[in-house]
Amino acid sequence: MATVRIPPVLRPKTGGNSEVDAAGGNVGEVLRALTAAHPDTSAQLFDAEGELNRYVNVYLNDEDVRVLDGLETAVKDSDSVVILPAMAGGAF
Amino acid sequence: MATGAGTEQTQVIEEIEPFEAQQEIEGGDVVLIDTREPHEYQEAHLDGGTLVPPAMLADQIEAAAPDKSARTLLYCRSGNRSGIAAAQLQSLGYTNVASVAGGIIAWQEQGLPVVSASGMTAEQRERYSRHTLLPEVGVDGQIKLLNAKVLLLGAGGLGAPTALYLAAAGVGTIGLVDDDVVDASNLQRQVIHNTERIGMPKTTSARIFIEQLNPDVKVVEHNGRLDASNILAVMEDYDIVVDGADNFPTRYLLNDASVRTRKPVVSASILGFDGQVSTFMPYEGPCYRCLFPTPPPAELAPSCSANGVLGVMAGTMGTLQANEVIKLVLGAGEPLIGRLLLYDALGTTFTELKVRRDPDCPICGEHAAEIPESEMGQFPDYDLFCAGAGGDR
Repeated sequence: MATVRIPPVLRPKTGGNSEVDAAGGNVGEVLRALTAAHPDTSAQLFDAEGELNRYVNVYLNDEDVRVLDGLETAVKDSDSVVILPAMAGGAF
Repeated sequence: MATGAGTEQTQVIEEIEPFEAQQEIEGGDVVLIDTREPHEYQEAHLDGGTLVPPAMLADQIEAAAPDKSARTLLYCRSGNRSGIAAAQLQSLGYTNVASVAGGIIAWQEQGLPVVSASGMTAEQRERYSRHTLLPEVGVDGQIKLLNAKVLLLGAGGLGAPTALYLAAAGVGTIGLVDDDVVDASNLQRQVIHNTERIGMPKTTSARIFIEQLNPDVKVVEHNGRLDASNILAVMEDYDIVVDGADNFPTRYLLNDASVRTRKPVVSASILGFDGQVSTFMPYEGPCYRCLFPTPPPAELAPSCSANGVLGVMAGTMGTLQANEVIKLVLGAGEPLIGRLLLYDALGTTFTELKVRRDPDCPICGEHAAEIPESEMGQFPDYDLFCAGAGGDR
């Protein structure tokens, strides 16, 4: 199973876990397995048409899946899928 | 002729006059060794001279002069120490060694050029000596830092540690943008402020600290918020912008303005135990919009005031930003251009992600519209852009 890395803002929806193991042959299947196990994450990741929300970046290891094959990008068991939303927290 | 020190037999050491040495150096294929102490080297040295202090000779000479048959010239202040060192080198098997007669004093008396710290005062040479000892900084690099102008967006969780280290490093002009006053709840992480200065504008509090730390630094207070009407005027006087803003409209505004003006932005954000940092170099690497084309909806973007933030993690990210700024000024090392570094303070892990330029980026992409000079200061409504983020949810 691949490991999905959960950003801080989604951890309340994964029982506080920062990493969740999820099975799947490609990035889309892995994320679906995540949303099946933790349904509250679904609305944050996917839009009504089942596409990845534009404000969520997903990386396979260190590469943005947008420059690979998107949700079709093949995933191996040893791979890490990183979910990365923008954060604005700063200084003031 | 100088004599060998502590060796069994008296050695004959070749001495050459400074002008002869200079001709040899200009001819190339010469290894030039400075046999003085680091503080003397920093003050002035011959161009191309490698420092090997007398006490370090046995340990360091092979790294500085790996070829024992190469022409090796040594110099010191007046010619004594270099004569002794030359004898030692001959004992170590160096076969073509000479000492510069009269040392750097005679060299300078003959009007020959040296690399000197003349751009710095005696106090500055002392203050920045640990910098100038580094080959990647040196006197030239320190002078670059003293001439650098860096704008910090925010004098808080990220801006405080960034400002401290940039000021200590001698960055000559530091601009601070912040419209807030020091609050007791800031002091867990905003280490540039203190208990006495609660209630004071943050820009003023930070200026007081920096002026006590380093009188070389000129602090410019921009006590207000950046918006579309003032951002270009504020940015105009600076070479590099450090983004520690706490909201998306300001981050997108800064990105669009920095791409228009082609100024690099060292950007970080923090939340809880997690931080992100990257360097956006317009047209050389991706911009903030290539990375995050659309801001997230409010529920996915809680603020530090609502969510909490580990103080020391803010310090880690702020000092990483300062490190990026200093590398950009020096032109040394590998900045985080096209790389996003994630830091997880709970696990103490760093993760690096690749960030690529988006050919379809509306700001820096292939099809981005040219902005005429007359419209340079006109920006879209970022509050509207960010409020509409995430569509209907």
